[in-house]
Amino acid sequence: MSQTGTLMGFVHRRRRGAELFLLVLALAVGIGAYAAVGLGVEGAVPADIIGYGGWLTGLIVAAHITVRIVAPYADPVLLPLVAALNGLGLAVLRRLDLTYESLGDPHTFARQQLTWMTLGVVLFIVTLVLLRDHRVLQRFTYTAGLLGIALLILPFLPLVGREINGARIWINVAGFSFQPGEVAKVMLVIAFAGYLVLHRDALALAGRRVVFVDLPRGRDLGPILAMFGVSMMILVLQNDLGSSLLFFGLFLAMLYVATERAGWLVVGGLLFGAGALAAYTFVGNVQNRFNFWLHPMDYYDASPGSYQLVEALFGQGWGGLIGRGFGNGFPERVPFAYSDFILSTIGEELGLTAIMAVILCYGLIVERALRIALISRDGFGKLMAVGLGTIIALQVFVVIGGVTGLIPLTGLTTPFLSYGGSSLVANWVVVALLLRISDQARRPTPRLDPVDDAGEDSETTQVVKLR
Amino acid sequence: MSELTLFLIRMAFLAILWIFVLSAISVIRSDMFGARVPETARNGAPAPARKGKAAKASRKPRRGAPTHLLVVEGENPGTRAELADAPLLIGRGSDAAIKLDDDYVSTRHARIAASGDEWFVEDLGSTNGTYVGPVRITQPTTIGLGVQVRVGKTILELRK
Repeated sequence: MSQTGTLMGFVHRRRRGAELFLLVLALAVGIGAYAAVGLGVEGAVPADIIGYGGWLTGLIVAAHITVRIVAPYADPVLLPLVAALNGLGLAVLRRLDLTYESLGDPHTFARQQLTWMTLGVVLFIVTLVLLRDHRVLQRFTYTAGLLGIALLILPFLPLVGREINGARIWINVAGFSFQPGEVAKVMLVIAFAGYLVLHRDALALAGRRVVFVDLPRGRDLGPILAMFGVSMMILVLQNDLGSSLLFFGLFLAMLYVATERAGWLVVGGLLFGAGALAAYTFVGNVQNRFNFWLHPMDYYDASPGSYQLVEALFGQGWGGLIGRGFGNGFPERVPFAYSDFILSTIGEELGLTAIMAVILCYGLIVERALRIALISRDGFGKLMAVGLGTIIALQVFVVIGGVTGLIPLTGLTTPFLSYGGSSLVANWVVVALLLRISDQARRPTPRLDPVDDAGEDSETTQVVKLR
Repeated sequence: MSELTLFLIRMAFLAILWIFVLSAISVIRSDMFGARVPETARNGAPAPARKGKAAKASRKPRRGAPTHLLVVEGENPGTRAELADAPLLIGRGSDAAIKLDDDYVSTRHARIAASGDEWFVEDLGSTNGTYVGPVRITQPTTIGLGVQVRVGKTILELRK
């Protein structure tokens, strides 16, 4: 009671003005980075800065106006953080485009990414406009789960599935390649949240206590084993360590939050440990990743080798505290600098200072997601917010940890920064869902206090009664 | 372009980046501490009490206004609570104004409170939900005289 009591007296403001202010700064980051890229690489402000800046501003303003109209109480910090990261990512991609062009290998990553961002913002707006109450999603618990699993299986189907760079996680539809796994993770968050909200009592209460830890009952292990199976399937069949870790970690985190029982973490940790050991023993790829992580320098010339990671580490070291400046580094030495290793480019050209800012931005996004979960009034919304926050947290940890050599490298995209349409679009939808939940959570309930205003109102009361 | 200019550009960009991050943090900070707290929390006593206590004493139930909440169907039929004590908590818990022995009711299931002349029922995140008529409510919903509110297997009504 006390908790609800204090929270009920706490009225959130709309803070749309603060959001606008932060968005202006976020645009300054995005467009400023674009200008700095032009100045650093070509020696002049890019000719299309007006068009580019106008397009970016238009997208952000459209998103902001939508939030103002359909989610006026939504969290004011999420959208600017995402806009800044996306803008910075676009500028870095532009910088890589220019380098690749000068090397005779032209790409248009930045342009394509801007197209994907447009699609992402459109879906962001559509989500916010169509979904007025996130609790509607609870009805689609099992539909979402089924859809999520189906999307994960899609890449294996003969006609649409495609294998790129050794990972079978793509589908090819009408000339576009798409990673269905990115959409699947949003679906799975909805499914987990709906499932756990219904079954958490059984999962939380039954069990026995072994050495300070409440272990769950054997018969309740079904869902966690099923999820473990799915993760292992992804690992073995798709050869995708990152996604496998993401899905299992996501489920474990949501299970822990739903039941408040550390026992699940112990069970999950043991399962994960066993799975990782099995993968290490039987999947050569995983063994390589471990070796590259422990002894990166030894495998520099090997094939497959740690060339990519070592070059990234060199780049970040060469960048130092404040970086070399746009145009003065050699990010092209790192393969896939535009996707998984975009952070090493930032580290090389903008230095540790910028990397810390980027990590802090991600930290704030996750903090906001958990905050939304705290103040949300319904269990489903809480779990969904936790799940969406966990997705971003895990992805960022796995990618940045891998690129900086903290943990073995696994392929995942850096949310909002990396080149990758599916990931960008899915993450914009994630933000829309978070904003929707936060709007519901922060919106004040109608003032439920007895105010005595007898007068003409009594007339209406009587009419109601007569009817 | 000279080395110095590039250096200044880089510094300026890093400054903008950090100004953005710090502004975001300051907005979060003000969101945490600067939220407009209504009189309720500030004095420790809830606003309804402060504003309403004096009013409540003098308030005469108007003709046609509901005076009590009655359990019309379920485990404890006939249980009632005076609306003068609003907000009323419905649930299985001991602090509930209407304490129900219904297994399908949560400890703190729903709340009945007034806003102006209207009475609202609000679900407090119950497991099985609160229904007004056939509809499961998702936000505070106005109820009038004789409207059936269902919590678990129990049906409640506002009565004169």
